[in-house]
Amino acid sequence: MPNMSPKKVRIPEQDPLVRNKNFEEVSLGYTEEMAKEEAQRCLNCKHKPCISGCPVNVKIPEFIMLIAVGEFEKAYDKIRETNSLPAVCGRVCPQETQCEEKCVRGIKGEPVGIGRLERFAADWYLKNVVRKSQKTERNGKKVAVVGSGPAGLTCAGDLAKMGYDVTIFEAFHTAGGVLVYGIPEFRLPKALVRQEIEVLKDLGVEIRTNMVIGKVLTIDEIFQEGYEAVFIGSGAGLPAFMRIPGENLNGVYSANEFLTRINLMKAYRSDADTPVKRGKNVAVVGGGNVAMDAARSAKRLGADNVYIIYRRSEAEMPARLEEVHHAKEEGIIFKLLTNPTQILGDDKGWVTGIECVEMTLGEPDASGRRRPVQKPGSEHIVDVDTVIIAIGTSPNPLIRSTTPDLETNQWGCINANEETGQTSKEGVFAGGDAVTGAATVILAMGAGKKAAKAIDEYIKSKA
Amino acid sequence: MYEIVRKEILNPQVKLLEIEAPYVAKKAEPGQFIILRVHDEGERIPLTIADYDRIKGTVTIIFQEVGATTRLLGSLEAGDKLSDFCGPLGVPSHFDGVKKAAVIGGGLGTAIAYPQAKKLHGLGVEVDVITGFRNKDLIILEKEMAQVSSRLIVTTDDGSNGTKGFVSDILKKLIEEGNQYDVVIAIGPPIMMKVVCDVTRPYGIKTIVSLNPVMIDGTGMCGGCRVTVGGKTKFACVDGPDFDGHEVDFAELMRRLTMYRDDEKATLERHECRLGGVGNA
Repeated sequence: MPNMSPKKVRIPEQDPLVRNKNFEEVSLGYTEEMAKEEAQRCLNCKHKPCISGCPVNVKIPEFIMLIAVGEFEKAYDKIRETNSLPAVCGRVCPQETQCEEKCVRGIKGEPVGIGRLERFAADWYLKNVVRKSQKTERNGKKVAVVGSGPAGLTCAGDLAKMGYDVTIFEAFHTAGGVLVYGIPEFRLPKALVRQEIEVLKDLGVEIRTNMVIGKVLTIDEIFQEGYEAVFIGSGAGLPAFMRIPGENLNGVYSANEFLTRINLMKAYRSDADTPVKRGKNVAVVGGGNVAMDAARSAKRLGADNVYIIYRRSEAEMPARLEEVHHAKEEGIIFKLLTNPTQILGDDKGWVTGIECVEMTLGEPDASGRRRPVQKPGSEHIVDVDTVIIAIGTSPNPLIRSTTPDLETNQWGCINANEETGQTSKEGVFAGGDAVTGAATVILAMGAGKKAAKAIDEYIKSKA
Repeated sequence: MYEIVRKEILNPQVKLLEIEAPYVAKKAEPGQFIILRVHDEGERIPLTIADYDRIKGTVTIIFQEVGATTRLLGSLEAGDKLSDFCGPLGVPSHFDGVKKAAVIGGGLGTAIAYPQAKKLHGLGVEVDVITGFRNKDLIILEKEMAQVSSRLIVTTDDGSNGTKGFVSDILKKLIEEGNQYDVVIAIGPPIMMKVVCDVTRPYGIKTIVSLNPVMIDGTGMCGGCRVTVGGKTKFACVDGPDFDGHEVDFAELMRRLTMYRDDEKATLERHECRLGGVGNA
């Protein structure tokens, strides 16, 4: 008999006023009992609408049924059949607009906590099961993957399972891409990312760090090294600035820089060699998940006041509801319908404030969201010593500028077939933020998965 | 891991390491840089490539021990390994159409100017090299520079090597004596590069400087290295590090270089404590 409670089993979280001073994970995760209880809310319905909401088609009811009967290892294996990074997805996927949005239980109450259950299964496995080499039979064919973020890791994992010898080229010293430099520890512990990558290495995936493709090797040179296909999953790493006066003052960061210092280089720890400015009053410009991550990180570094400055209203904010909710709980101050016009500094060149204007919402623009319009005479100054610009990123030009036959669009995104990832260059596939511009982890994973299938077909068709 | 195959002490603070990094060596060009980490918990620091040997597969770096990481790097010996060595990064220098050049190295900048002089010399360009140091004990790469130049002038602030004066004064003298340079390459402390640019500006001589701002990734990802060139924001890591010196906002560059001065001092002190502790044990 299913559990007919209209609400999800509550997931324990650190108290907001405790957690806004540490970098440990906000959510503590389900216990075995809680997981079983929540799993029993799943009706295991025949038409499985949840699966259609998942970009990597996790066999959701099947893994949930396994949790309900206490078969946690099997539940994990079931997720892993289609998803290379369960511990990551259970934490950072926007389930509310994907699998959970389609859940039948959501019609009269809350949907099943699919994300929470996925996370539980992954955490249980990583904690309790001794990993073993899972290398399948090799087919002797080499595939290169550029970038070790969600798209690259997924593509590599799927190809390795099919028997390919996969090498991932990563520019940084550590694999993981945005999972390690961008998303903070308190949302996605780095030890977990490392473990999930170790599971991929068990499949035979080789990761070569410090390899900036476009510099140390071009795409053509990768082919010369004997690879039969290349997947480009190099993400959208180039930060946008606002082009307003004062942006190069000391104390102004791109969110990329601020978060990389904290997440990848561990600048939040007192024993880290990499510094980061610990502002007392911090303005974060932008309204997406990255803005929330930067604001919540600044708070944890000891800021008294952290402002989110966003030019539209809360309804238009691209950030996940849960992130906005968590940020508010932690004391982040939202200055909505507010747009910066310049950053002010002292005579030594350090930030002292940010000048803003108030906005009202006019007619909908091309994105369908109402266009913000400046309110005359509303100039005002917010006193801050640090400004973090989180208004978006675009793909890095290093690969496109050294691969002339790779077509890109006006935003620098690689043109790729949506179903296969095939680019304008033979044998080269692409997916994730490098193609779409900044989007979500799971969409990148979905693209990596489709490309893996297409690469397999491409190589077989050549033989 | 990247093995150190040779170490040389050029002066008490300046050291040379030749590092096995075949992929980097294969592609490296003058003007480019690498980013390294000494150990697995270390910070990423950018260092300009001082030399490379494509056959041996090695890259040479020359650095001054100024902070915790360079101090640690300087304590390593041949046979030790670096945890990360990433490159080549940045845009290579271009010397098309140059017949006569002045290459200027200020202090440690001499190490970065060396591959440029070597490349120009190899292209058959007439190269005048001017290097400047605080005193004669700090002089580096004198022999090497002599081999790749038509004329080498080594000057010291205090005149202790027999030639007294700043590199910019020597350059001005050479220009006034009628030497016609197609390009001046000036590499050293920002203030030196600024002064050299002030000297060449009235003569309209193209002047290339190599900037070394604060940097993390070196691939255009963080924007920490942004500099204003010709009124536009550029990322030194991917748009440079070479820029037209007459267009660079040096005041902003110098200001941005102080951003972490206090943190760097604190880190150095923490490391000194640790090293001191080991020594006493």
